[in-house]
Amino acid sequence: MGATGGAPLLETRDLRTHFRRGGWLRPVRWLRAVDGVSLAVAHQETLGLVGESGSGKTTLGRTILRLVEPTGGQIHLGGQEITGLSQAALRPLRRRMQIVFQNPYASLNPRRLVGAIVGQPLAVHHVPGDHARMVGDLLQRVGLPLDAARRYPHEFSGGQRQRIAIARALALRPDLVVADEITSGLDVTVKLRVLALLRELQAEFRVAYLFISHDLAVVRQVADRVAVMYLGQIVEEAPTDALFDRPLHPYTRVLQASVPPPDPAATWRPPVLPGDPPSALSIPPGCRFHPRCPIAEARCRVEPPALRVLGPGHLVACHLAS
Amino acid sequence: MTPLPITAPVLEIRALTVRYGARVATWAVDLTLGPGEVLGLVGESGAGKSTVGRAVVRLLPEPGHVETGAIRFHGRDLLGLSDAEMRRLRGADVALIPQDPLSALNPVFRIGLQATDALRIHRGLSREAADAEMVRLLGHLGIPEPAEVLERYPHELSGGMRQRVLIAMAFSCDPSLVIADEPTTALDVTTQAQILRLLVELQAERRVATLFVTHDLGVVAHLAQRVAVMYAGCLVESAPTRELFRAAAHPYTQGLLTQVLRADVRAEASAALEGLMPILATAPAACPFRERCPKRMAVCDETMPALHEVAPGHAVACHLYGGA
Repeated sequence: MGATGGAPLLETRDLRTHFRRGGWLRPVRWLRAVDGVSLAVAHQETLGLVGESGSGKTTLGRTILRLVEPTGGQIHLGGQEITGLSQAALRPLRRRMQIVFQNPYASLNPRRLVGAIVGQPLAVHHVPGDHARMVGDLLQRVGLPLDAARRYPHEFSGGQRQRIAIARALALRPDLVVADEITSGLDVTVKLRVLALLRELQAEFRVAYLFISHDLAVVRQVADRVAVMYLGQIVEEAPTDALFDRPLHPYTRVLQASVPPPDPAATWRPPVLPGDPPSALSIPPGCRFHPRCPIAEARCRVEPPALRVLGPGHLVACHLAS
Repeated sequence: MTPLPITAPVLEIRALTVRYGARVATWAVDLTLGPGEVLGLVGESGAGKSTVGRAVVRLLPEPGHVETGAIRFHGRDLLGLSDAEMRRLRGADVALIPQDPLSALNPVFRIGLQATDALRIHRGLSREAADAEMVRLLGHLGIPEPAEVLERYPHELSGGMRQRVLIAMAFSCDPSLVIADEPTTALDVTTQAQILRLLVELQAERRVATLFVTHDLGVVAHLAQRVAVMYAGCLVESAPTRELFRAAAHPYTQGLLTQVLRADVRAEASAALEGLMPILATAPAACPFRERCPKRMAVCDETMPALHEVAPGHAVACHLYGGA
């Protein structure tokens, strides 16, 4: 996997998504969910996007697919700018990017047969060929029983439903799949099998994943590179091993140290992180992490740090990292 | 079986079978909890671990009911108590920390009113005295401006803050038994770490016997002195924490431990156990794990293995280790 050279499959430049809150008798406030994100995903690469609730990772994924309208910045898919395209002009491009949602109980229509659910993208995009056969092949490929097409979603377990959603996302043979927390809520044995399936399908379907998750251990298993998000911005980005073995941003370090190692012989001291997770409605000045940062200095309170290159493919937004 | 502590146990669960309609949620579960002991109860969703905790506080959701078995708290049979007697115990001597702090709090009342219920009812404090005590407790748990928190509604607090309030409520009447039902599962990792730190400190200070229900082996490793593993409603292994991680005996526990995903290492994908956990409708006639077990033998299809000791304090229900 990794970059195949040439232009990246997906690129965002200074992407911003703000939501209006309040109004009519209340002061208008702006929730800056995504606030200046520049990232790139290469063909057949998996970029892990890590962050806690409220960091903006889900909004970023949806903005990239234009399911949410960006407030500013640019999105390029295969070198073409898609930020300003009308929904009609966007439609043929939708074949190239698909999404798998977090909750397979909500993302599959309970009244439709699984065959119709997986075949719908083929119908919508008028794909020529025998749809029933294509659907059968897809369902078999993701490891579902032969009669799955003629059953309803409620007849399947959570892990199996997620496989149905994956089959639907791959039906149009997209270049990019946004996978939004697709393993949270699954038990560990089921989780491992879904992750293994994703890896196999990546090579076979030549697809890139934007893999969004709050679970560091899961991201470590699937990602080629990882980007860490905090309050709408990327604070660190690096090849997976570098990020986990040599984290440079204090927030990444806190995130990692917060996970108790499954080993009673290892000493574990939960890191102290003062205060509550902040709100994207009131973003602190300077470095957004400074009110909770264990090493913040005077200038962190005023001057926002830019992403700096501190190693091969390793970017960090921290004044003090070296 | 687990050896009885020298001192009398706080909680004794004997042959507990809970049924939800046609489904057996737990089958013949035996557990003992000594004073000040933290027992981690682990398993996948549907294994029956939360059911055990809920049965102890007698808050099983409909249509769940205890079919057979005994639950003794300081020697007193909880299942024989009237609802009124149980209410006097619950929230006072036996406390529950629930999984989801948002649905556990009433959205239309201020925190102050509901958080002090237990103090007013069980300890007979006046409104003012209960408020003062809750402010002291919240402050002790490291909550800045605790008096301010009492004035808020639940939705105005963060998830971590709500969970701190529920912990303060659970500990407000000095319980001798706490049932913690996945108390950190709904929280972000950094918040989970803060809550775990708090629970460790409280434990060191108060030594309250705790049944800690969780699916997370990382949490268990640092909080529990002993671990009990459930599978398909049955208790399959129990051991001191270090022993369990070092020398797990049951093939299911061994499988679980190789499948723990860690952020500090990249795991082998091949480790995944095949198949799904069965749902029991009747008493298990044979080992519930046999379909997925890599070490299945003829006897596994014939009889249900009983729990028996393979080392001091380490019990396993598996035919590999003899017994019957």
